[in-house]
This record gives sequence, structure tokens and C-alpha cells, in this order.
Amino acid sequence: MAEEPLLRLEGVTKRFGATLALDDVRFDLRAGEVHALMGENGAGKSTLMKILAGNIDRDAGRIVMDGREIEIRSPRDARSHGIAIIHQELNTVPFMTVAENLALGNEPRTALGLLDRRRMMADAREKLARIHADIDPARPLGSLSVGLQQMVEIARAASEEARVLVLDEPTAALSRSEALELYRIISQMRAAGVGLVYISHRMEEVWQLADRVTVFRDGTYVGTGRMGAITPTVVVRMMVGRAMGDLYDHAPRAPGDVMLEVRGLCDDRVGPVDLAVRAGEVVAMAGLIGSGRTEVGRLIFGADPRSGGTVRIAGRDSAPADPFGAIADGIGMVPEDRKDQGLFLEHSVEDNIAISSLDRFVTAGVVRRGEARSAVTRQMERLRLRLSALALPVRALSGGNQQKAALARWLLRDSRVLILDEPTRGVDIGAKREIYELIDELARAGKAILVISSDLPEAIGISDRLLVMRAGRIVHELVSASATEEDVMVHATGAGAGTPHSDGATA
Amino acid sequence: MTHTPDHPAPRAPEAPARQPFDFAKWWDRVGILLVLVALLLLMSAIAPNFNRVDNLLNIARAISVNAILAAGLTFVILTGGIDLSVGSTIAVSGVVAVIAAIAGWPAPIAILAGVAVGAACGLANGVLIAYLALAPFIVTLGTMTFLRGLGYTITAGQPIVSSDLNFRDVGNGYLSGVPVPVLIMIAVYVVAWFVLERTRYGRHVYAVGGNPQAARLAGVRVGRILTSVYVIAGACAGLAGVIFAARVISAQPTAGTGYELDAIAAVVLGGTSLAGGRGRIVGTLIGSVILGVLSTGLILLNVPFFTQLLIKGVVIILAVAIDGLKQRPLPLFLKRRQAAAGAERP
Repeated sequence: MAEEPLLRLEGVTKRFGATLALDDVRFDLRAGEVHALMGENGAGKSTLMKILAGNIDRDAGRIVMDGREIEIRSPRDARSHGIAIIHQELNTVPFMTVAENLALGNEPRTALGLLDRRRMMADAREKLARIHADIDPARPLGSLSVGLQQMVEIARAASEEARVLVLDEPTAALSRSEALELYRIISQMRAAGVGLVYISHRMEEVWQLADRVTVFRDGTYVGTGRMGAITPTVVVRMMVGRAMGDLYDHAPRAPGDVMLEVRGLCDDRVGPVDLAVRAGEVVAMAGLIGSGRTEVGRLIFGADPRSGGTVRIAGRDSAPADPFGAIADGIGMVPEDRKDQGLFLEHSVEDNIAISSLDRFVTAGVVRRGEARSAVTRQMERLRLRLSALALPVRALSGGNQQKAALARWLLRDSRVLILDEPTRGVDIGAKREIYELIDELARAGKAILVISSDLPEAIGISDRLLVMRAGRIVHELVSASATEEDVMVHATGAGAGTPHSDGATA
Repeated sequence: MTHTPDHPAPRAPEAPARQPFDFAKWWDRVGILLVLVALLLLMSAIAPNFNRVDNLLNIARAISVNAILAAGLTFVILTGGIDLSVGSTIAVSGVVAVIAAIAGWPAPIAILAGVAVGAACGLANGVLIAYLALAPFIVTLGTMTFLRGLGYTITAGQPIVSSDLNFRDVGNGYLSGVPVPVLIMIAVYVVAWFVLERTRYGRHVYAVGGNPQAARLAGVRVGRILTSVYVIAGACAGLAGVIFAARVISAQPTAGTGYELDAIAAVVLGGTSLAGGRGRIVGTLIGSVILGVLSTGLILLNVPFFTQLLIKGVVIILAVAIDGLKQRPLPLFLKRRQAAAGAERP
């Protein structure tokens, strides 16, 4: 206990109904450090941060700032103590300009009581300049990328002289260059003496940014360690409560005949693309955001019109005009954005899983419901989805379980070719492991699997071969067993031996 | 009041597994039915002769046209669309059926002609909406006006009266003491319920309304589903138009004016979300009955017409307000109680 930390939370307990969401946890934060908070979904990270932000009340526990106990019962209390939170869902008004958003609730007024637009703009410019963000304050906020919108939120927090800044999965929706910009601002705020709490699932990022890491599991405090004195393996073990082995570990696979064969596939954004995936093979497509990987997946699946090329499934031509035709040919796709494109959030898990296989369970258009339900439950058991979720809306599931439901749809359909676009985005590490095991199991059962992933260690670790895309074309192919992240980045950026971090994809 | 920190905490579930009381679910299941029962009790207590069988059958016949219209509209609204043209379709299909009957076509053919014209109007709406990707509100606002004009044009603005109309029993007849329109209405709802709840097509309608993008990627042919729901709405409007014409034994170019709004009100009152993907056909039937009972009861009570409109308006707004309340995870009064319970602990 060398120095009194800036902020200390002790014995915090929170109960939701019968569930103990937080059980006597602690957390402390020093001025001028980045303290990562890690744990699986449901570990209690967000609950603790909501308590700190005054969004929910705690049942027990103390909050100590600068050695004095403080009371936080509302967001207003939190703000008055200099605590600011950048949530996953941004609290901004998209139709208003950046300047208006920055002034929200505290608009400058002229002597007549009218809105002082000139000063508002000047204030906004100054606030943005503090964090060196190059954003035009006159633009409507909604016209900015998510990354820039986040910068505006941070600029607001900085302008309020926040001493504690909580970032809840801030890079989940950011491009690489936006993430780098965010890292720069975080370093700058740390240097200015702000204490930052950083919630993230991304191990690499945490190791790059944080000074210390604290791990929660199942609502309890597991431990805290200095970055230099702790390894990712140890943190993973702390998070899941057991040794994970190598996350991507799988026995060697023996791919069979070519199942999916693509030749000259193109539209106005990508191509021509040639690729082949064998039965029992996992092929990963790597590349920068915007390099055209998702587009290729959608073209194969018939989701967008192709302007040329052929797709063959098990030697037979597949030229679907729409996904309906592709599904009939034996292709299944889990799209990148499961909430907008993959799932029916308000509909039951059962309906979500059954929707693409109803033709197997109908007589003259009428669904044989008992049969459909038992087929759905078999897939849920296989994926370790609890059966009580059958009638729940998918919205109520965690990210990992939502993704399992999206996968279950194609397991039920028994598709021969699977296109999985970012299959583990926003998924906790336990569910990730299960999804990797499932991909391996499917490949062993003879499916051809094309995985699109921005998580490089994942793309390399779970696949047999890697296709690297740049500016709409496949520029390189690697054998995964011997590939390194550097190899992939060099080809993805087209930089040769140059700068592996620059965002080179301008199609 | 001591904690037991030694036991392993249960893993926080992704959803609050057991909420103290799920208002939304409860209301979905019985809420609107309770409103109907309360209304019926109130009416039988205060309105003279309300409870008599012949009065109840009269009410049932009076609501059948709107209820059939609303059944078709439920399909459209479940996909997140809207159809304003169904009121005008009533006039056009009624006119066509009456003209066919006068031309000497047998009653079943004349009836079918009316329904087919309605379905054709729906097909036009559906193709414009599904394949030209035009906004349903605007398209059907246009066809509403066009079809009303068509009805006036065919009839030259005058009712066509045919005192020996061959299908008049469709509006005025009885079968075992039950008015024919009521039997048709029941048949329409049985079929609609079966289609929406038990068939693949029904699941696809819900899927398109729940998330059109996801539906397409799941292999639902969204264009066909969208087109078909407008055809269904049009066919139902055509059937309603035939019943209306039979009831008044004439073709009226003004028939069905404003009916689309009553039908929409019935659907929304029945708990179907205007955003699509959520709702039940049974709710629509109950919604239609509520509106019908309310109108008839107010007439029996000698409430002036102007006041009737005021009351109907309030009922519709109340229904929508309750729908809005449903969207929240917990009703406000429960939330407050929970927060207070939390604050009491040390």
C-alpha cells in the first residue's frame, strides 16, 4: 500500500432477483494508469461500471476517491466526482452537429438568453483540439464514423476534466486506423494523469495499452496483476477458471475433394476471385476492413448480384439469384452483423434456428411442429445452448449464445458449405473456444468451411489455409501451420516490408 | 442481512431469467381480452337490450366487414407494411360483383369476380412495394385514391341498385340462425389463424416483418412474401366489398370510405406492432369486436355521434399507449420498487 489510489471500490455487491451479479468485488485505479478489466460476458464488469457511473444502485460496498468515501447514486453524482464513461452504445444525438452534442445540457447563451452559436463552435473546436481530434464541429454527428463519434464523446469527457474515464469495449466497432487513433488519445490522457478503466476482450490490445489487469469471473474478484508480471495464458485461466490449453488447438485434418470452387467471381467492388475449399477443410480469408472479404462471401451466397464468374458445389454449378437458391445448393452463411442481418431479435430461439429448414418439416405447407422442435432441440444440445432458452427472444441471449443460435440454423440445415463471417466477434472467450471446437468438428464431418476473420491469431489458428485479400482481390495464399501474423499483414497492406499498420485498403 | 461470500456465485445469466412479473408477456396473452370482457360487462350493465341474442348477432354482423378487412391487413402489418387502399377496394369489388350479377353471371361467379378484383388490386400494390421498393404508405395512398376514382368512374358516381341481386344472401341471409357474414368472418379467421400459426408461409411472414435482411439471408423469398400479403389484404377487402354490396343490395361508389382506418385501429388494438414481426390474428379479431361493441353500445346508449368519435379516438390512443408500455423491459412502477429495495440494504 505505497500510495493511496485515485479510486478504490471495496466489497461491492449487487443482486438482480435471485442472481448475485457482483459478490464482494474490489477494484482500484491509480492516477495516470490504464487498468484493464477483463472477464467473460456475465462476469460482472459492466455491472460494476454501471454502479460507478450511477446508472444502477449497489446493494453493498464502498467507493473511495482520494482517500475519502463518496456517494454515487445517480449519473449526476458520478459526473460531479469527475467520473466519465464511454459506453458501447454511444449516448449522442445523431441529427445534431458535433458542436451541439458537445454543448448538450450546457449550451452557451448570449446576454439576451439566446443560443450563442459562435461561442458554441469555438468551445467545440477547443475541446476537440485538446485531444488532437481532427473533426469539423459543424458536421452532423450521425455523418461521422463510429470511431469519430467516440472521439467526440471522449472530447466531452476530457473537457469536463474527467479524472476517471471508463471505456467499455471501445474498439469493438472501430477500423484499425481508428483504433490506433484511440490508442494515441488514451496514451495522451494517461500522461495527463487521468485514470483509465479499459474493458476489452482483445488480449493483444490489453497487453499493448494497459499497465495492470484485473479479472472477474462469475461476479467475483479473481485477481490483479502487473502487465510485466503476468502472461495472457494466466489471464485466460483466471477468466475461465481452468487451463484453456492453446485456444486454437486442433488435431491435423485431412481434407478430401474440392467441395466449393469459385472461378473469376466478381462484381463492381471485388474480383475476379478464384478460390477452392475442400470437404473437411477450413480456409480463412484475412485482410483489412474494406478489402472485400465480406463481399466475396455474399457473392458466393447469392446475397448480392454477381457480374461474372462461376461457383461450383461438389462439381455442380451453383448460380443462385438469391440466398434461397444458394441454400438449396447446400451453402449456409452466418453474416458479419448478426443483429442486423443474421437474427430475428424479437423472435424465439426456436424460430430463429428453424427458419431455414422449414421445408424439411412441412406437409403441404403445414409445419410438423413436434418434429421441428425436437430437431431444433437436438442442435441446441449439441451447441450447449440451454433448452430453457427455446421460447426466449434471441435478444435476451448473450453474444456468444446468439452466435451459437445463428450457427445452429445451418447445422440444422446440414449445409455442406459454410461461410462464417466474423464468427466470434463480440463473443466471450469460453464461447469462442466452443465455436472453434464446433468448426473443427464440422470440418471433420466433411463440411467445407470458409471463415472470414479480422482476428489474425484466430484466422491463422483455426484454419488449414489462409487467403489474404487486398483491394478486392486475393493477393496471397499461405499454409496456416507455418504462417505468422507479420506474413499476413505484409500482404494485406501491400506494404512489402513497409508499414504493417497503415490502412492501405482504398478500393 | 449478512452476505455469504464463501459460496460460488451462480453465473449471471444472459437474461434476467426469472423476472418478478413480466407485464409484457402477461398483457400479450390476456390484456386485450380483459378489455373486451370489461367492455361487455359494462355494456350489458348499462345499455338496454345489449344482452339479447338478436342484438349480439346484429353486432357480430355489423363488425364482420371491418373484421374481415382487418384480418387481411394483419398480414400486411406483420411484415411492417401498411395498406390504405383496402377501403377503396371495397367499393371497386362491390361494383364489379354487382355488375357481374346484373349481367347474368351466377352468384358464385359474381362473388369470385369481386374477390378476384380485390386480389388484383392487392397484387398491384404488392409488386410496386416489393419489386420497385416503394414505400407502402405512399403506394397505397396512391392506389386508395386511384381505386376510389375507378369506382366513381365505373358507376358514373351513382349507386347501382339491383333489387333482385342474386348474391344478396351473402349479406342478409342466415344459416341456422347465424348471419352469413358472421359465418364468413369466422371462416376467414380460422383460415388466417391456421396459415399464420401453422404453416411455413406464416413463419416467413413473421420473419420478413421481424428483420427483412435476415429473412433474405435465411433463404426467405422476401419479394414473394411481401407481394403475397398485399394480395391477401386485397382479397379480404374484395370479400368485404361483396358482403357490403350484398348487405345494401347495391353497388355504392362511396362504400368503404374510411374503413381502412378502422381496420388499422383494430389490428393495432389487437396488439400487432406497426413495426412488423410481432402480433397475433386472434388479437385482431378481439380488436375488431371491441371497436364494434363500442360503436353499437354507444348507439344503444344514445350517445351522440360526435361524442362517439371522441370516445373511439381515446380508446385507440389508449391501446397504442399500452403497446408502447409493452416495449419497455419493465413497467416503471416495478422498476422503482426494485430500486428502492436495493437502496434499503446497507
